[in-house]
This record gives sequence, C-alpha cells and structure tokens, in this order.
Amino acid sequence: MARVFMKGCEAIAEAAVRAGCRFFAGYPITPQNEIPEYFARRMPEVGGIFVQGESEVASINMVYGAGSTGTRSMTSSSSCGISLKSEGISYCASARIPMVFANISRGGPGVGSIHPAQQDYLQATKASGNGGFEMLVFAPSTVQEAIDMTYNAFEYAQRDRNPVLILCDGVIGTMMEPVKLPEMKTDEEVAAFKEGNKEWACIGHGKDVKRSWIEPGHWRGQEDANIEAAAMYETWDKDVQVEEYLVEDAQIVIAAYGISARVAKSAIDILRKEGIKVGLIRPITVHPFPYHSFEKLDYSRVKAILDVEMSIPAQLIYDVKLGVNNRCPIETCLRSGGQIMSRDAVLDAVRKLNEK
Amino acid sequence: MEKVYSRTTGIREDMVNGFCPGCMHSTIIKLIGEVLDEMDIMDKAVGVLGIGCCGLHMEYMTYDNTTAPHGRACAVATGIKRANPDSLVYTYQGDGDFASIGLGESVSAANRGENITVIFVNNGIYGMTGGQMAPTTLFGMKASTAPKGRIAEEHGYPMHMCEILNQLTAPAYLERTSCNTPANVMKTKKAIRKAFENQLNGKGFSMVEIISNCPTNWGVEPLDSLTFIEEKMLPEYPLGVIRDK
Repeated sequence: MARVFMKGCEAIAEAAVRAGCRFFAGYPITPQNEIPEYFARRMPEVGGIFVQGESEVASINMVYGAGSTGTRSMTSSSSCGISLKSEGISYCASARIPMVFANISRGGPGVGSIHPAQQDYLQATKASGNGGFEMLVFAPSTVQEAIDMTYNAFEYAQRDRNPVLILCDGVIGTMMEPVKLPEMKTDEEVAAFKEGNKEWACIGHGKDVKRSWIEPGHWRGQEDANIEAAAMYETWDKDVQVEEYLVEDAQIVIAAYGISARVAKSAIDILRKEGIKVGLIRPITVHPFPYHSFEKLDYSRVKAILDVEMSIPAQLIYDVKLGVNNRCPIETCLRSGGQIMSRDAVLDAVRKLNEK
Repeated sequence: MEKVYSRTTGIREDMVNGFCPGCMHSTIIKLIGEVLDEMDIMDKAVGVLGIGCCGLHMEYMTYDNTTAPHGRACAVATGIKRANPDSLVYTYQGDGDFASIGLGESVSAANRGENITVIFVNNGIYGMTGGQMAPTTLFGMKASTAPKGRIAEEHGYPMHMCEILNQLTAPAYLERTSCNTPANVMKTKKAIRKAFENQLNGKGFSMVEIISNCPTNWGVEPLDSLTFIEEKMLPEYPLGVIRDK
C-alpha cells in the first residue's frame, strides 16, 4: 500500500475507523482537536456515530454506553481532560467494557500548557481512575506506531473486555509523517464484532433470556470481581513490548519512551560515532512495564542509566528504579512545561556521564 | 375466570424489593414493567439507572440494565441509543442525579433532542446518602445538610426541571405526575407509556417527572408522606403536561 502523509491525531482516528470503531464521542481540548474533527467528517462515510459531548465527562460516559452495546468505541482527550474522564474510565474497567482512548498529552499539572509533555506517566500507568484497575498502555514514538497501536488496541480491548490507552505525547499527535495505513475492516467484519458481543451487550435481551447486566459496581461480589480482573492483568506479561537499541555492549543505557526515546535514539547514533557505548531501552508498553529489560542488564558493564523524559519531576524513573534495583546510578535528563526534549540536551547528559 | 391483573414480568419473582416501607420507587418500577409488558417491548428495553436509591432495583429487574456514574445517565443513554437505535432506552434518575450533579448531561441531552426517555423521580431530597438537601428541596424543608431548613438566601430556589427544559426547542414531551393517589398512579403509567411510544416513533427527548416521597428521610409515616405531597410538594411542583409536540 502506498504511503500517505498524515498528522498523528488524524492518523489515530483513521486507524480506529479501519479497526472497526463506529462510535466516537469527544470534547475539544488542544492538542487533540484533530481527532474529534476527523471523526466528525469520517464517521458518516462509514455508517458510524460521532457525538461532540457537552464535556469530557459526558463524552466518556457516551463511550461507556456505546461500548456497553458491543460497538467498538473510542474517545480521546489531553491531560486535564483525561482527568475529567477518569471516573468513566474506572466505570468501564469495572464493568469490563471494551473501549479505546487516547491521551495526546500536554503540560501539567492543572491546565498546564497546550504544548507537548509527558507529565501523565504515573496517572496513565498506575491510576487512571479510582479503584486500582489496570489497562494496557501503549506509548508510540512515531506516527506509524500510533496508527498500529490504535488499530491493535481494539483487538486487545475486545480480548480482555477492558479499556486500552494510547499514551501519546503532543509531538506525535501534531506532527506529520509518511505512514502506511492498515487494512480497512469490512462492514461484515464490523457487524460480526458487534454480533460477537451480543451475549453480554446491553441492547435489550428481554425476560426470556439471560439479561445483560452491566455492573460498574459489584454489590454482592466486589472481591470476586476484583480477583477475576487481577487474574486477567496477570496474563499481560506476554503483551509486554520493548525496543532495545544497541544495549548489548552499552555502558550507559538511556531509559525513555515516546518522543523522548526517538530524540534519544538520534543522539545515540552521534554518540556511538564518538566511541561512547550508549544504548536505549524504550518501553513500548508502559503498562505492563518491561522490567525484565532492566533486570537482565550486566551491571558489571553498565555504569549508569540515564532517564530521559519530558516530565519534571521525573515519573518514568520509578519503574526504571524497580528494574535496576540499586545496581547502578540513575541520572536524569528532563524537560517540562511544553519544552520538547532536545538532542543536544541528551548529548550533553550522556557525555557528562561518560566522563565520570 | 378472566385475569385482570398480574405481576409484571419486569421484576424477578424470587426477589423481595428492598426499598423502605411506603417508598414510591416500588410503584414506579412496577409501572415501568407493566408498560413494557403491555407494549410487548421488554426485549428491546435497556434501563440506565442513576446512582442512589434509583440504582437499588438493578437486582430486581429481569431485563437489560446498566448503572451510570452519578449524574451521567443521559450521556450513557445517549451512547447506548445512538450505537443501538433499535433499543428502547430510558434513564431512571433521582433529583440529585438528574438536577444537581447531572444537570449538564440532562440539559444537553434534552437540547440535542436525544431519542431517549427520562424517568425523573423527584422527592426533594437525597435518599440513599441519608437526607441531604437536593436542588428540589422545598423552602423550610429540613435536610441533614440544611438543618434549619432550606432558605433562598443561602441555598437558592427549588429547581423546576420540566419548566427549565421547556425553555429548549428540542424536547418532545415533558409531563409532571405523582404517585400519591390511585388516580395519579394511573396518570403516571399513561405518561410513561406515552414517553416510550414517543421514543419508538422517533419523536425525541421525553421526560416524565414523578413527584415522589421519602418517608425515611422526610421523617414521616408513609401515609403522612402522601399528605405532604398533596399539601407541600404539589403547590411547588404543579402536575400536568408541560410540553407535548
């Protein structure tokens, strides 16, 4: 298939449509406006539904409702908007409603800035709502990856009957790149997805068959429901995705995800020419986290980890620390407040570490 | 012998309802079930229950239902109805849910003319949480968070949701009923039926506001709660069809 030149947000929306998403509700917030705008144009072409909700809160609850019918459904927002959605996300997780959402993250805390940032790592990976539920969280570092992750996210959501998060920084969301789009699911396939969910979907079963009872709270068996969910989370080790770049002989290992990892990778190519043995571990799934990539490092060779992220204070570092387990020092190279990670900053940080 | 009355199939036979003695939720839920039976649409019905006492009957229902986050029932119903237009989708919400925390979702769904039905149970108080003040609490009516009674200067005025929604162009049908007398129970049933028929006919947003009671948190005997509705609630919330287009 020919490559097309697309903006990250629009590419995510098109990937969702191609995966069979037929319901989207969203609310304006920069820098993700191109996602609802794209769906508004595109959904009528494929017989799907687009609703501009009156708020982020309403939008996620519309998705909770649409997802409850077994329809592939999605919402998106950015940072503080995701916070507003968090109650609904928790309801979807508790009621085991498959749905996909994207956070095209911006600065924070609070309203932050509209510029790209990675300030939502802990929220995304540890607690996107109350109650201790978990989700698969994918962090793209290219527009192509954002497409592929969104496309596959609907399969994961369906498999687990659980929300899936695309944690995408504002850089990937707003930049344009040449990409290959995945195959469009046929109308028959899309209808089959919904039909396959009919048994549990809240669409009207009537008194003579087992009713659908969507339970966001489990009054008579909350512990059982939590045990069942926890057992499902335990199966996710197989879903861990990580990129390890030039790690085999590395003395300095950069830990970074999303756009920061991409910037770091370009710095590594320059540093390698200088003779500095530096590599990269890039979590592609930030939850579950690829701890093993850090655990298996030969710490007689690795003298330092450099945590590179667009967040102050650092957040990814908590997971890195768990993997490294005090076996070498962890330094940081951080930007925040809408400042994009620069290659020069990474170059300087690695050179300084190398001199130590 | 001719059978003139039977229990609705919308409520499980093996369950005893857990509402407080005298609470009108039991009556209203029964009426919804009867209407679904009589219209033969139980196999299309999806109930979206609000948080609070409204959600208490989820276990008694025999047909599809879900529970919305507090106040969000109209948004959840929007998602269900749009994604599956063949369903008969109604919300079942109290005054705290519909008129306070969910005001944005309620007004917006009405303004979009969403083709859903709202059963809005207004008893002027928060029931499940223990009698706190609602937007519909009457002047002078005591609540656990308004121990001296509601006063305008501090708490504002009782909200009239039918009249508020009547300012919008889109809603198809707005009626206020009660269940305080047998005659009013029958009128409520008729109104629920009309609201459901509107949805099946694609007419858009319909709401039945039902003036209800809360003997427990009003601190009165069930029979006295009927008198309270007649003497206090209905002068503030007059019954009747507010919109029918």
